[in-house]
Amino acid sequence: MADIISLGGLQIASRDELGKAMEGGGCAASSCGSKAGPADMDPAVWAKVKDHPCYSEEAHHYFARMHVAVAPACNIQCNYCNRKYDCANESRPGVVSERLTPEQAARKVLAVAAEVPQLSVLGIAGPGDAAYDWRKTRATFDLVQKQLPDIKLCLSSNGLAMPDHVDEIVAMNIDHVTLTINTLDPEVGAKIYPWIFFRGKRHEGVEAATILLQRQMESLDMLVARGVLVKVNSVLIPGINDEGMLELNKVVKAKGAFLHNIMPLISDPAHGTHFGLTGQRGPSAAELKAVQDACGDGANLMRHCRQCRADAVGMLGEDRGQEFTLDKLPEVVGDDGGKRAAYRDWVTREREDRRAAADAAQAEAADVAAPPMLVAVCTKGGGRINQHFGHATEFQIYEVDASGVRFVTHRRADNYCVGGHGEGETLSEIIRTLEGVPVVLCARVGDGPRAKMAAAGIEVIDACAQDYIETAILDLYAARHRKGALTA
Amino acid sequence: MAYKIVKSQCTACGACEFECPNAAIKFKGEAYIIDPDKCTECAGQADSPQCVSVCPVPKTCVPA
Repeated sequence: MADIISLGGLQIASRDELGKAMEGGGCAASSCGSKAGPADMDPAVWAKVKDHPCYSEEAHHYFARMHVAVAPACNIQCNYCNRKYDCANESRPGVVSERLTPEQAARKVLAVAAEVPQLSVLGIAGPGDAAYDWRKTRATFDLVQKQLPDIKLCLSSNGLAMPDHVDEIVAMNIDHVTLTINTLDPEVGAKIYPWIFFRGKRHEGVEAATILLQRQMESLDMLVARGVLVKVNSVLIPGINDEGMLELNKVVKAKGAFLHNIMPLISDPAHGTHFGLTGQRGPSAAELKAVQDACGDGANLMRHCRQCRADAVGMLGEDRGQEFTLDKLPEVVGDDGGKRAAYRDWVTREREDRRAAADAAQAEAADVAAPPMLVAVCTKGGGRINQHFGHATEFQIYEVDASGVRFVTHRRADNYCVGGHGEGETLSEIIRTLEGVPVVLCARVGDGPRAKMAAAGIEVIDACAQDYIETAILDLYAARHRKGALTA
Repeated sequence: MAYKIVKSQCTACGACEFECPNAAIKFKGEAYIIDPDKCTECAGQADSPQCVSVCPVPKTCVPA
């Protein structure tokens, strides 16, 4: 679990000091969202996404989001969803530990904002449907907007109730909305949605899926027309909606969706969902990547989604929700936004620096004629290689070739360092997880694990500790193909 | 005649509360309860009891 450093009590006098404070802190997320940077995006759009960890691949290295579970009611039933059970160790959409009233939620946001200078976004993602349970969603946004005008607002919905609230959403300056759209075919929809509740009636089967699809398309068109950035989430369900995913990607892109996030079905029988109980399997990592790659030139794909809980707090890939439960919230929170402003200033300069370093490294690697290589990175955020191999709960996987570095995906690895000594079994799990990835870059690694990993054909390098991710990978790639192996 | 909510199955999602045309449903303790004096079973107000239609858990809003 990465710590988000609290800058409380720190006198941030200079960027260097903040840089020092950041070492050993930050996010353990991999990238989420568009790869595009300011150079290749409309400035108005860039301004909206640059600090949103889910909309900008780069932003998720620097910024945190939080969800508040104020909207438990839902107007549809999905076969992959069950909101009945909560387990603190479970991370999947629809799961929450406690439901909050809008007032409680606003207090929680204030408390988190005071503790976590990286916070930039408040999202309402249920655990039901934020647009259907609209009164609570709106009340929460109203309260937060008054108290924290610098926090962006966003929400997610299945789209069924969304058209009724689009104008209010625009009026409240909510400029990011996620719509979950799983299929364009009502016959397929009938296999995913057993029923919907619409205008006072329950509908089932193809009829229900037809109404839902029509409302989803209406929502997408209305939101795009009003300049709201729309992310479309699709759950990839092998044998059910995988065939139509490419077409869906083309359609949502043509309609102006900013991002398309194709997520794997989570169907553990223990979750008690219909798909879990009927043995419907989720896609393998390879199947998911194949579908994502096929959609590569469609809508910008988000590849770093962590499918987080409806009460997640922190950087993507970590969840600090347990630190901010109701019983731990202070009654009165003093927060002037100063720390967030200082942090954002620092990020602005840091990003420029990181880009310049990456561009310079890119020039070095541009004439390498070699096949692409996969590299795994251990990071706690800030876009740097700053995590101990044994502390990594996930690896961020990048692909590098002469044309540059691209984030590919993240792969989970259960924390291997337990109480200071590695456990062999977990190491074997990591070796399996890293199949096809010959190199790991981390801040530190013990001799034992390094040797075991090397025996499995995976080189763990800690020589570029604290370097920028892209720069280190490009340098490594260029060095490998110029003068043989780089020794760690 | 009125409906009731099976407490052990209620997920406390609250959908029934604001779909109820009679404001007969409110949160109490760990689940929602239906006030039998206010519940009309939606007779004359909707095709079927609204709490049943919107409840995500089968057989949870049932005739009392």
